[in-house]
Amino acid sequence: MRAMVYRGPYKIRVEEKDVPRIEHPNDAIIRVTLAAICGSDLHLYHGLLPDTRVGHTFGHEFVGIVHEVGPSVQNLKVGDRVMVPFNIFCGSCFFCARGLYSNCHNVNANATAVGGIYGYSHTAGGYDGGQSEFVRVPFADVGPSVIPDWLADEDAVLCTDALATGYFGAQLADIVEGDVVVVFGAGPVGLFAARSAWLMGAGRVIVVDHLEYRLAKAREFAHAETLNFTEYQDIVVEMKRTTGWLGADRAIDAVGAEADGNLLQHLTGAKLKLQGGSPIALNWAIDSVRKGGTVSVMGAYGPIFSAVKFGDAVNKGLTLRMNQAPVKRQWPRLFEHLQNGYFKPSDIVTHRIPLEHIAEGYHIFSNKLDGCIKPLVVPNAG
Amino acid sequence: MTYTSAKPPLPETPEQLRARIPGWGADLDPRDRPSVPREVFSPGTTGAHWDLPEQQPELWPRERSIEHSRLTPVFGTAQPPKALSGVLRKYAYRRFSEGRAAHWLILIAADRVDAVESHLASFATLHPDNPITETGVLAEPGAHPIASRRGRVDIRHQTLDPVIVAGPWVVGGWLAFRVARGVARRLRA
Repeated sequence: MRAMVYRGPYKIRVEEKDVPRIEHPNDAIIRVTLAAICGSDLHLYHGLLPDTRVGHTFGHEFVGIVHEVGPSVQNLKVGDRVMVPFNIFCGSCFFCARGLYSNCHNVNANATAVGGIYGYSHTAGGYDGGQSEFVRVPFADVGPSVIPDWLADEDAVLCTDALATGYFGAQLADIVEGDVVVVFGAGPVGLFAARSAWLMGAGRVIVVDHLEYRLAKAREFAHAETLNFTEYQDIVVEMKRTTGWLGADRAIDAVGAEADGNLLQHLTGAKLKLQGGSPIALNWAIDSVRKGGTVSVMGAYGPIFSAVKFGDAVNKGLTLRMNQAPVKRQWPRLFEHLQNGYFKPSDIVTHRIPLEHIAEGYHIFSNKLDGCIKPLVVPNAG
Repeated sequence: MTYTSAKPPLPETPEQLRARIPGWGADLDPRDRPSVPREVFSPGTTGAHWDLPEQQPELWPRERSIEHSRLTPVFGTAQPPKALSGVLRKYAYRRFSEGRAAHWLILIAADRVDAVESHLASFATLHPDNPITETGVLAEPGAHPIASRRGRVDIRHQTLDPVIVAGPWVVGGWLAFRVARGVARRLRA
């Protein structure tokens, strides 16, 4: 089969690999029909996440057709059209039994502080991902769901991470009616978080970024006010000014490890890998939110230390909430919202890239060229 | 405003927001959201039909965090550790917990060693690494490279990217040169 393969920082190619096989009785093999590149894949692509091995196939956002099932699989059959949450989870451990699907304890031998994620390094379990023609899906009776007939593949693939994560991020922000919500980052997760904040009754939603084309999308898709942080000497002061000097009630970090806007943080975190990421957006969130407010962290960070302004968070009495999204827990309500026509996830898709050209796709996405917001990957596009 | 008990006024009323934004307030009740409460003990609702999953066969000594008491029932089998990078990775897992910086820093160092090893090994194959095609820079001409970058603040920080990409190649070339020169000197002697 053809599969995207990591060859070292900033380098990937498409190779011939063996079709994955059933390794556990509850495995399924899925033939991927559509995948996506996530902003967090760029952390891997840039060599930021520890134990990203040459030969690894990325991709934790994918949908496909069931190709083969293990002997204990009961809920799926060959030929089913399925969507697969980015979390790999057993459904029965201490954490899964309490709904913390993203924190499963039975699927990641490499780390206890991280759950299992498809195609997201050995730090997330050492599973090849879905930017390929076939992928092994453990616990097929627990993770994947048959895609409802009314849901198109392009919308379904966004439900496997970006939409569910943005929606989850808005929930972790503890939004109540009339809250002022600031979202740092106008990428896919930020756009979905901003859109979700309205569902929860936000009174104002402000999106901060430095890429004008993404801010334009935030205004159009997420109905948000926008601030380009490069137009202000100090974005924290501007946030205070625009909120009557109170600060936002809730802040959402939808940027994560490779934030820009501070040279020292960016160099040590994103380039030299001396931190678990560059927490610029997180620090701005901490300083922009009002005392007693909530910061929801959806941006992905590496497992080593980061220079976070914890003292400010303590002194302001903030609530910091964070997790990888337990995706499947979000789906029933999200499906209701999509069926009600509140918004269409695939409206943020900008690029559809054949698998054979995925190196070019990563370059465009990584460098934010050509108005790129969300690239999809199409196996067998030729 | 902030210096009194009043909250700054909002520019729009709930009615105006509901009229302007499809779905405004659909999840208004904080208690009625999919992730609330955070932990809901509900085994048997996930599709799992086991208490403890069956153990996946361990086909080689699988490296694992020492914060686990056992090998997890299911684990990834992609890219088993190999060569010097594999030695470093197995050492990081065997010796240091996830709480130790050494664990992660050794793993990051092993990643860089892996890249160099793999680049060198690829030259002995029919499919050697090609930094031109693998970095995707061939997409530049069709992706509005100048207009896309005009006025962006992050561009100056991207000047380090070529160093990160070219670094292993420069180091590898230097090592190859040293080895070749050493061999040549021995042959002449």
